[in-house]
This record gives sequence, C-alpha cells and structure tokens, in this order.
Amino acid sequence: MIQTIELSKKYGQAEVLKIDSLEIPKGQSFGLVGNNGAGKTTYFNLLLDLIRPTTGSISNNDITVNQSEDWKTFTGSFIDESFLIGYLTPQEYFEFIGDLRGMNKADVNTYLSDFKEFFNGEILEKKKYLRDLSKGNQKKAGIVAAMMGNPEVIILDEPFANLDPTTQIRLKKILKTLTENREVTVLISSHDLSHVTEVCERIVVLDKGIVVKDIQRSAETLKELESYFSV
Amino acid sequence: MIKHFLRLEWKQYFRSPYWEKSIGVKILMGFFALYFIGMFTLMGLALYPGLKKFFPEQDPLTIVNQAIFYWVIGDLMMRFFLQKLPVMSVKPLLVLPVKRNKIVNYVLMKSVFSFFNFLPLFAVIPFGVTLLVKGYDASMVWSWMGVLFLFTHSINQLNFTIDHLLAKTEMSFLPLIGTLGILAGLNHYEIISFSGLLANGINGVINNPIYLLVLVLILVGLYLINFKNLKGKLFIDSAVKVKTKDAKTSDYTWTRRFGDMAPFMQLDLKLIMRNKRTKSTMFMMIIGLVYGLFFYPQPMYREMEFMFAFIGIFSTGFFLINFGQFIPAWDSNYYKMLMSQNFKYERYLESKFVLMSISVVILFVLGIPYVFFGWKILLVHFAAMIYNIGVNSHIIMYGGSFNRKKINLDQKAAFNYQGTGAVQWLIGIPLMVLPMGLFGLINWLVNFEVAVTVLISLGFLGIAFHQKIMKAITNKYLSSKYKMIHAFDQEN
Repeated sequence: MIQTIELSKKYGQAEVLKIDSLEIPKGQSFGLVGNNGAGKTTYFNLLLDLIRPTTGSISNNDITVNQSEDWKTFTGSFIDESFLIGYLTPQEYFEFIGDLRGMNKADVNTYLSDFKEFFNGEILEKKKYLRDLSKGNQKKAGIVAAMMGNPEVIILDEPFANLDPTTQIRLKKILKTLTENREVTVLISSHDLSHVTEVCERIVVLDKGIVVKDIQRSAETLKELESYFSV
Repeated sequence: MIKHFLRLEWKQYFRSPYWEKSIGVKILMGFFALYFIGMFTLMGLALYPGLKKFFPEQDPLTIVNQAIFYWVIGDLMMRFFLQKLPVMSVKPLLVLPVKRNKIVNYVLMKSVFSFFNFLPLFAVIPFGVTLLVKGYDASMVWSWMGVLFLFTHSINQLNFTIDHLLAKTEMSFLPLIGTLGILAGLNHYEIISFSGLLANGINGVINNPIYLLVLVLILVGLYLINFKNLKGKLFIDSAVKVKTKDAKTSDYTWTRRFGDMAPFMQLDLKLIMRNKRTKSTMFMMIIGLVYGLFFYPQPMYREMEFMFAFIGIFSTGFFLINFGQFIPAWDSNYYKMLMSQNFKYERYLESKFVLMSISVVILFVLGIPYVFFGWKILLVHFAAMIYNIGVNSHIIMYGGSFNRKKINLDQKAAFNYQGTGAVQWLIGIPLMVLPMGLFGLINWLVNFEVAVTVLISLGFLGIAFHQKIMKAITNKYLSSKYKMIHAFDQEN
C-alpha cells in the first residue's frame, strides 16, 4: 500500500530522515516508535505531502504523493491540533470534513453515533468551540475526524498522548477493529511501547532518522523494545 | 530581578520570527512615531504665537487650559484603542520564586515608558519654554508643566482601569465612547462646563503649587487600583485562560446553492463572525461605508471627479481589501489540515471570490444614498463596483499567494500589523491608485462618460476571463504550498 524509496529529508546539513526502502502492505497496522527527534513526525509529514523530500519519494496506493493529489481521497490523518479549526464546534467540524469527504449531514450523524462511547459525552453535547476544549478532547475529535469517509489509509501521530486511560483503551479497541478485515492500513506513532505493541502487528524503530529495527509482533516484542530503549 | 524581566522582553521581541522577517513594518512604525513627534513639537512651538495672533485680547495660557478637557477625552479615547496593557507572558513566572507584587509592579511600571506618555511632552515643553521666554512667572509655568505631566500619567493609569472594567464585555468600546460622548456633549452645549471647571482647577493649582500633591495622590490612587486589579488576575484561571462562552451553532443553509463551494463559504462566514480580529474588521466596514461623507459634503471635492473613483473603489471594496489581503492567512492555523484534505484548491479560492463579490455589491447598494450628492457619483461608484469585482478581486488574490505570515484570530484588528508584509502595502497601489489615476487621466483627456466606460469595461473584461485568471492564480498558490505550510507553522 505504502512504498518508500530512497527517501531522505535534510534541513541544511542535518539529515533528519533517511529511509532506503520501507514497504507497508495493505491492511497492516503499522507502528513507528523512536525517541524525540527520531523522525516520526517528519515521515508522516512527508507521507501527507506537507513537506518536500530532499531525495526519493513515497507512494500511497501507487500514487506518488508529491506528484498527484489523488491519494487524498482515501487517506485520513490527524497529526496535531493544527488540524482542527478552533472556531467551529465539534459538530460543525465533523460536518465540514464530512462535506469534503462526500458525506451529507445524515451520513455524518450516523457515523458519529458509533463514537458515542468514545466521546464519553464530552464532545458533541458540550456547547463549546474546539479551541475551548481540553487537549485530550481536541485529540478525540481529531482522531474521529481522521477516520471519516471510509479511508483506506489512516495516519495518526501520537494518538495516545493526552488521552485519559479509559479513552486510551477504547481507542485501542477501535484501531484493532479497523484492521480486523485487512481493508484499512493504519499508521501510528507513539512513545508508549506497550500501547504500540498491543495495537500494531509490525513495529519499526527509528533512531536519528534511520530505521534501526523492523519487528513483526510476537510475545517477546515488548521486552525486546524495552531492552532496546533502556540504554 | 528587573534585569531578568528586561532580558526576557528583549529576547521575546528580537527572537520572534516576525521581527526577523519584517523590518519594513518596524521602519514604517518608526516613521509614524517621528511624524507625530514632529507634529507635536511644531504645535508646541506655534501655539503661543498663533493664539496671540488670533485672540490678541486673551491670555494664551487661559485658552489652552480651556482646551485641556478635550485633550483628556481625546487622549483617553486614543489610548483605549491603541495602547495595550504591557503584559508579560506571566504563566511560566507564576511557579518560579518571584513575588507576585514584583511582577505586577514591573508590568505597570513598564507602561510608564510608553510612547503615549512621552508624546504630549513634545508639545508641553516647547509651549512652557515659550511662556518662560514671554516672562510668565517661573513657578507658575513649572507647575503648569507638572500638572500636564501628572495628567498624562493619570490618563495612562485610568486607561488600564477602564480597560479592566470593560474587558468583560464584547463591544467594550461602546460604553466608553458613550460616556465620553455625553461628557463632551454636556460640555459643548454648556449644560455643565467641564472645560471651565477643569481650567479653574488648573489655574488654582498653578497659583498654589502645593495642590500638585492632590494630583499626585490621584495618580497614586489609580496606580493602586490597577495594582489590585492586576494582582487579582495573576492566576492562570483568570489571566491566562480565557473564559469560554456558549458556542452558537449556525448553518448558513443559503450557501448550499453554491454547490461544492458551500463548505468553504460557511467556514469563512463562521470565521468572520466568531473571531475577534475579523469581527473588528466588520465593525470598521461602517467607516469604509461612510468614508465618502468626509469628502462629498464639501463642494471642493465635488469638483475633483477623480476622487469619486478613489472613494468608490475604497467604499465598495472595503471588505474586499481587508479580507482579501489576508487570503489564505485567515486559514493559517489549520492550513496543514486543509492541504491534506481532498478538495479542489480552485473551489477554495472561488468561494472567497464569490464572498468578496457579494460584499462589493452589498456595499454598493448600501452606498446608493450617495446619489444625493449627484448622479455622477453614483455612476462612478457603480463603475468602481464592476472594477472591484472584475479586476481588484483577482489582483488581491494573486497578492495573497505571497502571504507568509500566520494570523492570530483572537487579536483586535485596529493597528494590528500581524500578517502584514511588504506585499500588503505594495498591493494598495494597483488596487486603488491605478483605477483612480486611469479614471482621472481619461476624464481629463477625453470626458467623464468615456472614463466611466473604461472602468466598467476593464471590470467586465476581468469577469469574462475569470476562469482563466483563476487557474493561473490557483497554480501560483499550489506552487507556494510548502513555503506557506512552513511559514504558517511559525509563531509570531
């Protein structure tokens, strides 16, 4: 589904990302871990064509992302709060994104009704603009918006950060069901090793922009990762 | 401690990417400051001889004292709109071992060094020196200057007190303007002569300098009030976190008829209605609309037909200019998200075009009463409307593709230069000067009818090639995509 070829990103002399080859097959739940500055967000930004690669390219479903915009129809993403429109209420925000993704109001409402539990009554019923919600609640809204319109690829940067424990568990459940029938490819990054190993079947460790580990999940994965990072 | 604060301020100022990029704006502000200093100095120097010439019977000092009341009102009004309470980013300091009193004192003391407090001195000192030269009693002149000095600083503190009182209301300037207006009115119609009372007070003080102490006490009193107010605000739940109001949902279903542009039009309307900066722009639209009233009632300007074109472009295009020049920076906060969504960029720009065109038509219709000053004016305004839709809208959107500055929507618009770069200043030339010059030239060379026809034709030409022009503009935006995303990510 997603192919990375000879990709690198340099800022001046500093090379922040260098991936020779990375292939993510359709339906995989893919986790990216690494310390600060490892290049996780850079990789996602490149994948979304928000920054330009220095060399190489990424293709999403055979579409090279910086040459055509067609990948946008089947890719949903939430990187950070700057993906939210602060002066809209969550409901209006969902309707706006839904509009862009070809859903009408009724579709949006049906879609949202599945997330009642996830929202925990803190998103839709509160009469607040998105800018006035707490960080955690903003994140909930952003994640749900990223999954609108049946995307085939979902990209979430640090989805577990700022969420309360209950919501973390609910999010894990949602992500697992998404990839159950191997239709949707999910890419997440996280600092929390246990969350990632629980949700993702494949985990790639980045360090200073380079892939240092590429693991298929097994019973020992968490231990392996913990020993890698406890230097 | 103060040293640390000053160092923080210094870094905050010079390390902001805004400073590093736009020295042009700073230079411009510098010129404004110099201009005002020059004007005030000139006024201070010319005041005594001028008054002596026009009112040889009266004592110039007495006349000036009579006018102090209006100066107080004017100064207060100007400060309320232009001067901001010098806040520091206090949040990180609250948990450090710094006494709260110290922070508050620092913030208030800093305001003492505001430009607004120095400006009057440039007029007061030359006038005072002239008085001394003309042989007025030295102790009287010195205490007069002392009175004005204390007045300036009392107004400075009073402004913050008022700001604190009114900050909670949405249209905070209305009660202030109302109160000051009533005071000025009572004074003007001599129901209560405040200016006389104030003048008597000042005369009392300068004859008995001991009364200066009363003014000092007033100043200290205001300072203490502000101190108390500000100290009460130094908690993150009040100063840092803004209180939230209940959100209103609105649909703007009428935009549905615009098909796939509708989501963006709804977004823009909500943007305008729900953010401080855009809301105050809307308020300024009233000024744009009545702009002609500054000129047309005077027969002198009604002779100058080229002015019609300028006023026509300005008053029908007020929204176009103020909204259009910050496309796409209005959406800078979430530009990354927009760029990862699936939509045609052309439709996004098209929706802004439609919105601006609608505003131009509405402003023209609201301006129809100008026909009172002559049918020629209405005709030129009509031509200006077509020109705005066909030509200026495209120019301003093209200029927008050079926008590289993030806009913070929560700040007031008046004298807010955030998001302004050299392009915004330069674009004013083709936008307003060009049609005015063109109209004036043809009107002078040929005649009025041809000049109007040319403006209208240019407008229609722009409308006819709208699709083609939009395509070119869209490409310009798309090719700047990465630069914009990067720039909008930077905090000012």
